[in-house]
Amino acid sequence: MSPMTLFEKLWSQHLVSDLGNGMGLIAIDRIFLHERTGSVALKSLREAGRSVLDPSRVFCTMDHIVDTVPERSDDTRMPGGKAFITETRAAAQAAGITLFDVRDPLQGIVHVISPELGIVLPGTTVVCPDSHTCTQGALGSFAWGIGSSEAEHALATGTLRVRKPKTMRVRFEGELPPGVTAKDLTLALIAEHGSVGGNGYAIEYAGEAVRALDIEARLTLCNMATEFSAVTGFIAPDGRTFEYLRGRHYAPQGSLWDQAVKDWRELISDDDAVFDREIVIDVTQLTPMVTWGTSPQHAVPIGARVPAQSDSGTSAEAYARALEYMGLQAGQSLLGLKIDAAFIGSCTNSRLSDLRRAAAVLRGKKVAAGVKAICVPGSMSVKRAAEAEGLDQVFRDAGFEWRASGCSMCFFAGGESFGLRERVVSSTNRNFESRQGPETRTHLASPETVAASALAGCIADPRELQN
Amino acid sequence: MDALTVLTTIAAPLIRANVDTDAIIPSREMKSVSKTGLSEGLFAGWRYLTMGERDANPEFILNQPAYAGARILLGGENFGCGSSREHAVWALHEYGFRAVIAPSFAPIFRSNCVRNGIAPVILAASDIARLAEQVAVDPSAYRVTVDLQQCEVRCADISVPFTMDSESREMLLEGLDAIDLSFKHRDRIDQFMREQRRVRPWLHELPSSPPKVDVTI
Repeated sequence: MSPMTLFEKLWSQHLVSDLGNGMGLIAIDRIFLHERTGSVALKSLREAGRSVLDPSRVFCTMDHIVDTVPERSDDTRMPGGKAFITETRAAAQAAGITLFDVRDPLQGIVHVISPELGIVLPGTTVVCPDSHTCTQGALGSFAWGIGSSEAEHALATGTLRVRKPKTMRVRFEGELPPGVTAKDLTLALIAEHGSVGGNGYAIEYAGEAVRALDIEARLTLCNMATEFSAVTGFIAPDGRTFEYLRGRHYAPQGSLWDQAVKDWRELISDDDAVFDREIVIDVTQLTPMVTWGTSPQHAVPIGARVPAQSDSGTSAEAYARALEYMGLQAGQSLLGLKIDAAFIGSCTNSRLSDLRRAAAVLRGKKVAAGVKAICVPGSMSVKRAAEAEGLDQVFRDAGFEWRASGCSMCFFAGGESFGLRERVVSSTNRNFESRQGPETRTHLASPETVAASALAGCIADPRELQN
Repeated sequence: MDALTVLTTIAAPLIRANVDTDAIIPSREMKSVSKTGLSEGLFAGWRYLTMGERDANPEFILNQPAYAGARILLGGENFGCGSSREHAVWALHEYGFRAVIAPSFAPIFRSNCVRNGIAPVILAASDIARLAEQVAVDPSAYRVTVDLQQCEVRCADISVPFTMDSESREMLLEGLDAIDLSFKHRDRIDQFMREQRRVRPWLHELPSSPPKVDVTI
């Protein structure tokens, strides 16, 4: 048999029928929904007189609209938000799917709780009407974001019609320098190859630096494959993956576990497998990254200045628009740029290890006067685990708000937001115009860079505080 | 879904890179669990001067009388990036758009277009610039044609071929429902699931209820 890439193995294991012209009917193993886009899929399915083929493999959470204030209920700060919550609950119950409701102790962001509960497994296909579903590829699954109509299709038929993507391998080689994280890897990749660099590809992240990442960091790396315009990103499962999953509620148990691990060990790209494209990045040269503009590709090393248009990889018009929006000028230093707010959270960077690293920067220090600082754990389980080690106290003592879990202020839905033209350093994934609030200026960075910046009151290099 | 074959209409240029789905339909404009009632919120952040109001920004392309009734949108690179929300496509469709022409599309947005009767047509940025230039002379005199049968975009003397995968093209041309199409493979799906259950049972055998967590929220 000719050598295969991991993606080709995942594809062929799920190919129900070859539809010709590069299309395949692909079996879907896990479907996740949330109250923002899943509700309309369930409702539309019912209105069409169709039912969910296998409810036992469909899960739903309340993460997008639900408030993250401690005493939350179905009422939300987002106008009209309550209807999304109540209608999702009713539709989930009617469909017989598993729901992690507003006050469920296991509630959280879909891409945080799915790995946490062992719902996503190596070798599974996972879909969710959410663009960051690629996050879950970190466990060695084929996981990708879809629209609501495709969610209906998956719910009704247990399959999706998928155009087979091209394959790309991105190898991060070398040992990560101190203070450089998975977030910096993904920002560096997108900065170098552009926000459409991954268009049409399923991307396998590999190399020494990736093997060395723990599972939570791998989730961060895969999370932003969508900002690279890729169909998905994923990582071959290994011993760390199996150890992470062992004993989790929805992971196989007993002899089934042994059988599964044996199967999962085959989920690697064969030695001579050929990729349609290969990128190699030497991580030893990387530093923490921060964005200056309104696209994730507008990322630079934290010590760099706002690039000239000729070095920005952006058209003159888009460049001028981005600088005007961000209130910056070419050649301006990003270090020392005054900020109004700091945000730690989102499906990118809200897991226990993220909070531990940020807390290590914050411990015993205070957020600069005038900076609004917020931490939103990715799930209620993360929140409890953090509280058990006293991290909540570190955040609170430093002057951070400590919230209940959800997507929160990663995006603006009409409720809570940062102010007009406020400058926010954020551990999230998108710095688009008005993403976090009307005219809010977002600088994407790792949680430790957010923490260091919150203390300094301006964009700051976390390595100086970590020494 | 309505079939789409040959469309000739005013084309509105909105040629910016990375127009994301939150710019197309801001989250705050998604007010109910519905696929309809979204066209007023289309491009709300750019189309209106005040957030939450409906005071038209005269600078915005869709507010210019010359482009009234446009059903083709000329876009920039990575059109429809960001959130997977299909509401972006539902809003475009409800407003009247039936085709978007751009140098590249975000993958989820592209699929959502095909599922809802909007043709996502890929042309080189230079060709789109030429079209925009021609259209700007007089938008109603120089209408743009998207011909899905011939796979060609035309405007005055300009004629540019495009390629589209046959599945997307057929779905648009015939107005097909993807779920109906896939249900034709029902027997094969059942057979596949039985085999998968035998070979990789853990994909199917899940605990019937979530874990019990002993905490009060």
